[in-house]
Amino acid sequence: MIGKTTNQRAWFLVLPVVVLVAFNALIPLMTVVNYSVQETFGNNVFFFEGVKWFEQILHSERFHASLLRQLSFTGIILLIEIPLGVAIALAMPKRGPWVSVCLVLMALPLLIPWNVVGAMWNIFALPDIGLLGRMINGMGFDYNFTQQPLAAWFTTILMDVWHWTSLVVLLAYAGLSSIPDAYYQAARIDGASSWSVFRYIQLPKMKRVLTIAVLLRFMDSFMIYTEPFVLTGGGPGNATTFLSIDLVKIALGQFDLGPAAAMSLIYFLIILVLSWIFYTLMMRNEEQ
Amino acid sequence: MAKITLERVRHSYLENPESADDWALKQLDLVWSDGGAYALLGPSGCGKTTLLNVISGLLRPTEGRVLFDDRDVTGVASDRRDIAQVFQFPVVYDTMSVYDNLAFPLRNRRVPEKQVKQRVQEIARMLELQEVLGNRASGLTADGKQKISLGRGLVRSDVNVIMFDEPLTVIDPHLKWQLRSKLKELHQEVGATMIYVTHDQTEALTFADHVVVMHSGEVVQIGTPVELFEKPKHTFVGHFIGSPGMNLLPCKLIDGFPTFFGYRLETPEVVRPPAGGGRMEIGIRPEFIRFADDGLPVEIVKVDDVGRHRIVAVEHNSHAIKLVMPEEAPIPGERGYLAFERDKTNVYADGWIIT
Repeated sequence: MIGKTTNQRAWFLVLPVVVLVAFNALIPLMTVVNYSVQETFGNNVFFFEGVKWFEQILHSERFHASLLRQLSFTGIILLIEIPLGVAIALAMPKRGPWVSVCLVLMALPLLIPWNVVGAMWNIFALPDIGLLGRMINGMGFDYNFTQQPLAAWFTTILMDVWHWTSLVVLLAYAGLSSIPDAYYQAARIDGASSWSVFRYIQLPKMKRVLTIAVLLRFMDSFMIYTEPFVLTGGGPGNATTFLSIDLVKIALGQFDLGPAAAMSLIYFLIILVLSWIFYTLMMRNEEQ
Repeated sequence: MAKITLERVRHSYLENPESADDWALKQLDLVWSDGGAYALLGPSGCGKTTLLNVISGLLRPTEGRVLFDDRDVTGVASDRRDIAQVFQFPVVYDTMSVYDNLAFPLRNRRVPEKQVKQRVQEIARMLELQEVLGNRASGLTADGKQKISLGRGLVRSDVNVIMFDEPLTVIDPHLKWQLRSKLKELHQEVGATMIYVTHDQTEALTFADHVVVMHSGEVVQIGTPVELFEKPKHTFVGHFIGSPGMNLLPCKLIDGFPTFFGYRLETPEVVRPPAGGGRMEIGIRPEFIRFADDGLPVEIVKVDDVGRHRIVAVEHNSHAIKLVMPEEAPIPGERGYLAFERDKTNVYADGWIIT
């Protein structure tokens, strides 16, 4: 008979990970959950309030407005960045010395710290001294992003497109380079048009990386904070107050910990659910 | 359907080829007759795929002309040459069904849908793909995908030549044999010229009526499998085809007969030495040497039993010679004498046959 000894000491090996995860994820998250169901007063006095803050946030017009702005912003930049990124990747050279030049140029915006991007574009777009601002006004348009909501949106979107399209380009380019030459040769022999080559070879082969690109761009843009904060500060008025900017205003400006915590959790759930929907939709056909 | 002629075709991948090594294809003059089953055989890197791409129009040769019948197609694009090519790794359009894959070349050429349907059904029957016509092509196994690649070539009734670039590389061994006999069957059924590129001699010899052997950018011999076996034009062919390859014995010509370390071999006719002299060799296949009571004295080194026959390695003056012996034939113990079949003894000067 073979005796089976039970040795529980192996648990000690996972202890460091458990501690680490507890401190950087579980405890902060549970603190937020804790705040979200309590009313906070000075001197660390708390009252249990149940789902009151959740109801308040979900019925608040301010939250609806921020959420709508956030959804529009994310929708617009996805609609611009994904097709533009794919188009640039298709136009990039496949081989030769220009490949590395293009790749480096593409990677540059990604290497710039986010608040620097905001500051750069702030100065770049100022109507009186900025190059872009002067140019647009010089062409006869009345443009001032610090005062006109439309101009503020235009500038924020342009900034995000400049900053992040490269990521889509690099991912799409990686997808394109993984296509063996035989596919293009077979398509030529089959008499496929360049649209067919794109539709039936390039696009399907890029599908996985594009799924990643859409997910990354969705999550990142949905959580965008630094760049609009530096560029417009959420203004003019509340025109570019996206969810995270609004959240910071509630949590740190007004110090309403309960509503802020409830909003954080709702925010988190929205991102989670939307990411899942995106992923499921884009991978729908993969299993068959 | 067409006869394909290559006229003084040369190709180099370099901008300014200078030395002979810069040419991936050195001067080729070849005629592929209509409806033939050809194999293009040679080691990796000998220019087989380059030659194939020149015929299919994926590559424009640096020099020379490509003719389909009498039409010069050197500058004509692949899709206008009416050719089909099956690549080493199966190419299928992943998002399409098997049916749509097969229909793709026809639809691109604006063939009416009714005709497309009829043609696709016919090809699917030939390739035994009827069951999976509705499935997505990406779900098929490697051999199924390779059948689709082939089917996209066959589906066009006007196809001049179907080319295979080592199509069985990624296929499981037990399916290789099946697919190979399928190809042979298809050739008889369709009647199109087929060119089959491979570095596997078994594949080449079983598929083709004519085998074109290439070596470092040149065609060394074109012949039937039997010719390649019995009378290799170049020692490379002798060595590359056959298992084990042909024995090569250094020799001198004395009175018109090759002499190996003082032992005179009989040839069907008197050998005239080439004008320029050159390095002389006797080439004889292991299948055409046997043990005898008298002849070239050798020491027996090793006997390998490979199943249907035995391979005997012997030595004369530390020069290795191999024999293929039937399973039941007696083999002398340590020493013996070799007899060479006179009709199968070839003499080579600088690698090229002179008898």
